[in-house]
Amino acid sequence: MKKYLSFFRIRFTAGLQYRAAAWAGIATQFAWGGMTILMYWAFYQNGGNSFPMTFPELSSYIWMQQAFLAMFMAWFFDNEIFESITSGNIAYELCRPCDIYTMWFTKNMAIRLSRMMLRCLPILLVSAFLPAPFNITLPSDWLSGILFLISVILGFLVLISFSMLIYISAFYTISPMGIRILATSVTEFFAGAIIPIPFFPEAVQPIMYALPFASMQNTPFLIYTGHIGGIEALQSIALQIVWFAVLLTVGRILMRRALRKVVVQGG
Amino acid sequence: MIELKNINKTFKVAKRNAGFSEAVKALFKKEYTYIHALQDVSFTIGDGEMVGYIGPNGAGKSSTIKIMSGILTPDSGECIINGRTPWKDRISHVKDIGVVFGQRSQLWWDVPVIDSFELIRDIYKVEDTEYKKTLSRLIELLNISEIVRTPARQLSLGQRMRCEIAASLLHGPKILFLDEPTIGLDAVSKIAVREFIKTINRENKTTVILTTHDMQDIEALTERILMIGKGRILLDGSLTELKTRNSTHKTLTVDYSGEKLPVSEHMTVAKDMGGHAEIIIDTAFLTVSQAISHISSMVEVKDISVTGETVDEMVVSLYKEFEI
Repeated sequence: MKKYLSFFRIRFTAGLQYRAAAWAGIATQFAWGGMTILMYWAFYQNGGNSFPMTFPELSSYIWMQQAFLAMFMAWFFDNEIFESITSGNIAYELCRPCDIYTMWFTKNMAIRLSRMMLRCLPILLVSAFLPAPFNITLPSDWLSGILFLISVILGFLVLISFSMLIYISAFYTISPMGIRILATSVTEFFAGAIIPIPFFPEAVQPIMYALPFASMQNTPFLIYTGHIGGIEALQSIALQIVWFAVLLTVGRILMRRALRKVVVQGG
Repeated sequence: MIELKNINKTFKVAKRNAGFSEAVKALFKKEYTYIHALQDVSFTIGDGEMVGYIGPNGAGKSSTIKIMSGILTPDSGECIINGRTPWKDRISHVKDIGVVFGQRSQLWWDVPVIDSFELIRDIYKVEDTEYKKTLSRLIELLNISEIVRTPARQLSLGQRMRCEIAASLLHGPKILFLDEPTIGLDAVSKIAVREFIKTINRENKTTVILTTHDMQDIEALTERILMIGKGRILLDGSLTELKTRNSTHKTLTVDYSGEKLPVSEHMTVAKDMGGHAEIIIDTAFLTVSQAISHISSMVEVKDISVTGETVDEMVVSLYKEFEI
């Protein structure tokens, strides 16, 4: 366990040194979050009553999304991992007394968390002091706060175990680009990163909620904003656990099979 | 103890001819050829031995190293290293070995080298006191105290390679695989690396297996060589054995005063430019000293040098001998 912790630490501290990138990220995310909220505001001005989320709920949802972007962005992949597979540098990682799946999982967690740490506080702070109803508000009660914390961790694990499948696909295809683009678009769409899932037609919503993508950012943010709560929240968390277990098992099996037939390229 | 028995490995390689129409055709039907990277490779290496593993590009050197380090699974055959099969028992096997791939890097490029070292210490669960002892010794032997605090990306190739070698030895492996450790290094770094390898082999009794294209590495380091060509072991023996076995020719380069160099039987003039000549002598019939005394009795010699067949030339001649 200690070796994975050290591995986490070295990637985490390395991630913290990219400060200029963090400032640029914060600026972009403010602009993006502000733009999105104003766009919804325009819609809400004209018959907001028929919308599935209240406007303060939506504001909180958008700002949470921006604050935790680094944790849940589906389009982010660690190129070092792809490179190590396509260039054969994985040879060194295979020479270590480590489980590669756990190592890559830890690495992804470290990179995403270090980025999130640098960005989330300024965004949360500033957006909390924006005038209502454009600001982020605290969860309605402490119970949904706790459920949110549990759910955000689980969502994070679901997302990483899903992106592990994309990394592993690089063992089977020479260029992982195609699968990457496809997976990114599908994830962003079905995870509620573009439009929150409650805004989708009611007929497709049950299907969307059942898919693993909804267990990523959708569940924690909806719990936070108070859109789902009580039994419904617990059910969603249970579903997150199920998806995490499934994706983790599938990923581990695929990884073991990939390593058995691995051909280290070059040299 | 390393034992390989009848190891075979075949790679499937996609092939197509050049041109657009061929590329389109390949979309529908791919043609594959099979490359026999290793055929019936067997050898045994004892503890504490230092072995040079040589052969041209694509001969199967790296594949063998990868099999021995548990990265690659062979199609058939047996490989037992310290009682374990590398690809079946990968995690416990790799604790005992250190690997340096000269063309790759194991240091994390954006953090200081010392951070990478500490991570490796944690990965291999090296005791702290043990780690400090090994580290200070490696730093001293490889002369890297000045550079361990620098991020790996800012090191020169020679500096980086010394750090790579140190990184592979932090956990005190019993076996060290060096895959082209001196590739691209300048003369000074090469000598430093060679000296270090010698010391480690002598003092720690580390078994060293070294692949290289640099014949000076082989001459400076190893007594025993294994030669591989087109996936098969061609020769297993000492360097001197290889030399005497193949080298029946020596070249004499002579600077002399006079018009033309007179030669006797079993001597052929490769070139003579009047004052500077290269003569090839057949050592099966004529010793070098006989040839020199013959020449110096006929002309006044200003300078003379003897070169044997280089190991590269021997490899080429072995290829001819084995018809591959």
